[in-house]
Amino acid sequence: MENTDKIVDILKDVTGLDNIGDNLDQDLFATGILDSMATVEVLVTLQDNFGIEVPVSEFDRSQWSTINKISDRVKELE
Amino acid sequence: MHNITPYSSPHYFIYLFVLLLPIIIGLLYGKRFRIYDFFATVLILVITFFGGDARQGISLIFYVLFEMIVVFTYKHYRKNHNNFWVFTSAVVLAIIPLVFVKLDPLLKNATISLFAFMGISYLTFKAVEIIMELRDGTIKEIKPTEFVRFLLFFPTISSGPIDRFRRFQKDVLKVPSREKYLELLHTGTNRLMLGLVYKFILGYFFGTLLLPKVSILALSYGEQAPLGISWALVAYMYTYSMYLFFDFAGYSLFAVAISNFMGVETPMNFRQPFKSVNIKDFWNRWHITLSFWFRDFIYMRLIFLMMKKKWIKNRVTMANLGYVTLFLIMGFWHGETWYYIVYGIFHACAMITNDAWLRFKKKHRQQIPSNKFTKALAIFITFNVVCFSFLIFSGFLNTLWFG
Repeated sequence: MENTDKIVDILKDVTGLDNIGDNLDQDLFATGILDSMATVEVLVTLQDNFGIEVPVSEFDRSQWSTINKISDRVKELE
Repeated sequence: MHNITPYSSPHYFIYLFVLLLPIIIGLLYGKRFRIYDFFATVLILVITFFGGDARQGISLIFYVLFEMIVVFTYKHYRKNHNNFWVFTSAVVLAIIPLVFVKLDPLLKNATISLFAFMGISYLTFKAVEIIMELRDGTIKEIKPTEFVRFLLFFPTISSGPIDRFRRFQKDVLKVPSREKYLELLHTGTNRLMLGLVYKFILGYFFGTLLLPKVSILALSYGEQAPLGISWALVAYMYTYSMYLFFDFAGYSLFAVAISNFMGVETPMNFRQPFKSVNIKDFWNRWHITLSFWFRDFIYMRLIFLMMKKKWIKNRVTMANLGYVTLFLIMGFWHGETWYYIVYGIFHACAMITNDAWLRFKKKHRQQIPSNKFTKALAIFITFNVVCFSFLIFSGFLNTLWFG
């Protein structure tokens, strides 16, 4: 749960949207919340905060499309 | 006999369907005949590259061998090491044949491009993708046979769509269930039919019937007007844009359809691009596999590097620098002529302007109306910006001004 909160904070910082944690299963790419630039920003921040290595080509959009999915992937990589 | 460009003539379709029949029957009964697949691929490649002038075919063989050496040497190296410069060298080596081919017309020296054959760019995109993913560790195992099968997958060999290795592998390593395969045959047939309408009716109408007439008009009116600007030139712009779309989207539909018949879900290349509401949206709908390739392997990587190394602090500058790099490379990739480069710069400027507008809109959300009318206006503006970029791309201005 703690991870999810951290991820929500990161996404809030990057996108500037306060309501981003309302729906943890919302598709962040389909809704246009994350563009390429924001995606990389999230990626770099995740790396710094969790100490994980996420190469850009690992970032398969279907596997990282919602907050819950990001949280699962981070847990796997930690 | 002469070389047959894929999907360009009835002959090609006849050969294709005869060769596909055993594959289709096999898949219907839950089987992939690996040896037959190989045999069919070789035959299609012979028709395409050895039909008349064998030089293309010989170039293709040497090209594939060369890329294999680069990719598998790098793969071997990557097992225990991960030096940035070795990686960069591997990428440079992989694109060198393409660079030679692209520079060839500029140097007017026909001996330099030993590797020239139709579709070299698309094979190079695939090879570079594999090198990059080997570095990232997302591709760990790849056999030479798998590499060649991916590179030479014949439905997409001459002009894409550009598939990704891991996605492609998922499809070829399994046999779809009969239900799933029947669905694929159904969508494949629909795509084939739509492709025929696009390429051989609409593309033919705009490109072969209309375009030469409009071209003559634009050239003759152009003689009397400053910079050659006339209504006929405007007509040329729209006619060429329609031709470009229907011809290429038609071709891409064929490639996806034939892939589907072989149980492979090659990604689609177009998604109603003329309905785009802005230029960013356009690049998510036009030549999708190419723009996503550039997005994932150039733009995002560059941004990642800039952000990680903290070269540039400002996000806007970073994004803009990314756009300029991406679209300049895309321009150079199209060919070494002023109009391809200008086309690239034009799109970079359009992206930068669009981002600035989106930022402005975000700040002034209350004051700026958003309704059906503004959406229609957005589509109209985007469509015209895009058509104008295609006029640059067509090279017609070169003929008009310097021809």
